[in-house]
Amino acid sequence: MAIIIDQSKRVLVQGITGREGQARTTLMREYGTNVVAGCTPGKGGGEVEGVPVLDTVAEAIQAVGHVDISVVFVPGRRVETAATEAIEAGVKLLVLVPDRVPVWDTMRIAAAAREHGAAFVGPNTLGVLSPGRAVVGMIGGRAVSAQQWFNEPIPRQTVGVISRSGGMTSSLGYYLSRAGVGLSTLVHVGGDSVVGLPIPDVAEMFQHDPETDAIVLFGEIGGTQEERLAELIRTGRITKPVIAYIGGAAAIEGTRFSHAGAIIEHGRGTHAAKVQALRDAGAAVVDDFGLLPQTTLDILANRSAPAARSSSAR
Amino acid sequence: MTSDPGPPPADGAAVSVARLHEYQSKALLAQHGVAVPEGGPASSAAEAAQLAARLGGPVAVKAQAWVTNRAATGGVQFAQNPREAEAMASDILQMRFGNFTVSEVLVERMLDIHNELFVSVTIDDAAQAPVVLLDLHGGSGIESRAESVQRLPVDTRRGIDAQALRGVLGTSTIDVGLHDDVVRAIEAVVDIARRYDARSLEINPLAITSDGNVVAADCRMTIDDYAVFRHPQLPIEIARELDHPATQLERIAYQVEQADHRGTFYFAQLPTDGVEGSRGLIGFHGAGGGGSMMSMDAIARLGFTLANFCDTSGNPSAAKVYRAARIILAQRGLVGYFGSGSGVASQEQYHSAYGLAKAFWEMNLSIPAVIRLGGNGEDRAVEILHGVCRDADSISAPVEGYKKDDTPAFIAQRFAQLVDEAAGRAWTPQPRKAPAFVGRAYHFPIHHGTVWIDHEHCDPATTTFVVEHSGGLLTQRSNLPVLAVSEQTVAGMDSELVALEVECRRAGRPVVFLDLPIEGLDNDAIV
Repeated sequence: MAIIIDQSKRVLVQGITGREGQARTTLMREYGTNVVAGCTPGKGGGEVEGVPVLDTVAEAIQAVGHVDISVVFVPGRRVETAATEAIEAGVKLLVLVPDRVPVWDTMRIAAAAREHGAAFVGPNTLGVLSPGRAVVGMIGGRAVSAQQWFNEPIPRQTVGVISRSGGMTSSLGYYLSRAGVGLSTLVHVGGDSVVGLPIPDVAEMFQHDPETDAIVLFGEIGGTQEERLAELIRTGRITKPVIAYIGGAAAIEGTRFSHAGAIIEHGRGTHAAKVQALRDAGAAVVDDFGLLPQTTLDILANRSAPAARSSSAR
Repeated sequence: MTSDPGPPPADGAAVSVARLHEYQSKALLAQHGVAVPEGGPASSAAEAAQLAARLGGPVAVKAQAWVTNRAATGGVQFAQNPREAEAMASDILQMRFGNFTVSEVLVERMLDIHNELFVSVTIDDAAQAPVVLLDLHGGSGIESRAESVQRLPVDTRRGIDAQALRGVLGTSTIDVGLHDDVVRAIEAVVDIARRYDARSLEINPLAITSDGNVVAADCRMTIDDYAVFRHPQLPIEIARELDHPATQLERIAYQVEQADHRGTFYFAQLPTDGVEGSRGLIGFHGAGGGGSMMSMDAIARLGFTLANFCDTSGNPSAAKVYRAARIILAQRGLVGYFGSGSGVASQEQYHSAYGLAKAFWEMNLSIPAVIRLGGNGEDRAVEILHGVCRDADSISAPVEGYKKDDTPAFIAQRFAQLVDEAAGRAWTPQPRKAPAFVGRAYHFPIHHGTVWIDHEHCDPATTTFVVEHSGGLLTQRSNLPVLAVSEQTVAGMDSELVALEVECRRAGRPVVFLDLPIEGLDNDAIV
């Protein structure tokens, strides 16, 4: 299994006729994603990469049938409109790729999603990739790179990857693969302060995924996602090993470090507090990013060995 | 060629970033129905005295700086008369708070406060919704009273639950007859936060005066960077959340970002005072938010101090990377240039290599540079960087490129070694250089720049080389390379043209040059 995306999911691309939409449709199809339709208001009737283009999400669903996931490639300031349209048309999972989505827009999308029982990844996400199966978004850049970089699942040796950084999602997938670790799914939750499926929610999905043996995390300063994950570990809702690196040890308070969500405000969301919370809960947190693959291997080996309990690496 | 942008403000001058000053946010409150004390800003002691005289009676004189401990450090003072107000303003206007110098004070009528509430609208990332934090005892020291702060959820469409709010007020000592006014004020504050896309709007205190008025005695407001475009009326020049007023270089960098939306260019200067025992100041150039942070941590762990944080990512054009490098190298005292991102970039990395190579050549780089160019196209990227920098007479320091299989810790070590070998050589910002033919040769414009081609030195072989490496943008006419496409088509092809310039130089045929000026940095045009 995998979480969120596999080859069985029927994917719609909103903004398919734009530069990004077109390029990423190529990547997704080459990698194995079942892209069933696209839409761009006013461009209905055409085709992109052999995919039919409709004016609206509702028309697309009418034309091609059920859609599992809609991936959105429109400018940040138009994401709220596009996302709301998809949610109201009955799409239950959205992937919001663009950055620069105003945070109040994201909160309104979240409210609409709650009302309609929908969920969303992002905004400001490179997306989700399940190696050997499908990708939604743009992880890997080119399909051939994604094929070379990311291992498929390996029995008893497979992790799920969660990251607040797009680049580090690929990076983690690559370094873990090179070390011989298998990957169930890579999830970039998005770089913003409010995201639809935050780290703890994705971790719970991995907890319930039989193929995933452990969870590897790239966290960052700012917000409460890492602390909430620690709470899930502490209360026994996450029992699979968690191996983490938290970026921003050298960051100062009050300045945003690139990602909209990467800002320490009023003393909250510091690197030290996140590392402490995760370690206290029993997660392995490495100080040197380069140690993540080996630490992961060690923990997986301990776990496979009978009656062995992994100790947290420091 | 470069238009004079006018004198840039000195470092530390009060340039608005996405945080509003107290007087600016109070103006918004007043406009939308929340009472604020009578008063206004003053940028000189004399102006403060005039304001105090106009207000009459005791006034508060308040430094306009985004710091939490303003009152404790003398940034808020109370004057009985205009003369005192003048002296206090003069005192405050010479203060420094960390990275800030104070360039304005707010002079306002003193309030006779009976009750103080702490009210803050902020974003609850767990709830994916706004939340109002309310404490029935406002005033300074709120940080230490976290226990007593109540959290009242806000619906993005319906606002705050007035019933819940009344419930909390019911436990307070506030006169019941004033509860409606307090509820109205808090509802208005929530509405202002929504209307102006505030990431946070804090009123501390929301004062209830002895004569029964509800007044916002202080206000701090941060606008969401990403929503600043919706609010052109706000005094925000730079949509960036920084802990300090934007520096001259940050302003320049922001203009570069605004002028070219291909990819992201984020640049912030970091505090560098008092870092004793540091191995030296470095220019930092990351790629990708998380990768940049991880790389920053790796180099900081070795004891280096970052002069800046910079991130060029999201498939930036070569011109953007080039300009970022030049802005980084406008900082004095650097012992090295450290570039590293996620290591496995999905963007084609050779555009970055060309941009960096051009910048290093123009700037006569004399401090070591270590750049991790891992990701798609990395072999070509590293080959370009090495090829250009090793052959260039003008680059006197080692420039090393690395790929995805080189870890950040390893390249950080390598960087430290090169810096040690350079034995403390520090960077002095240089004006960029340009070949002699610039200004008199064949040329055509591109976005924010000009392409020059030295026809005088175009022998037939050179012409063939130039045309072949131009990606179809140039053609041969009378044995000379000339533009083959419209000026409109070529205008955005700076990545291809930077590559052409660099390849020509590498081939020993330096006949192409892109003039890519940076407004505010290149005050002297190169021709």
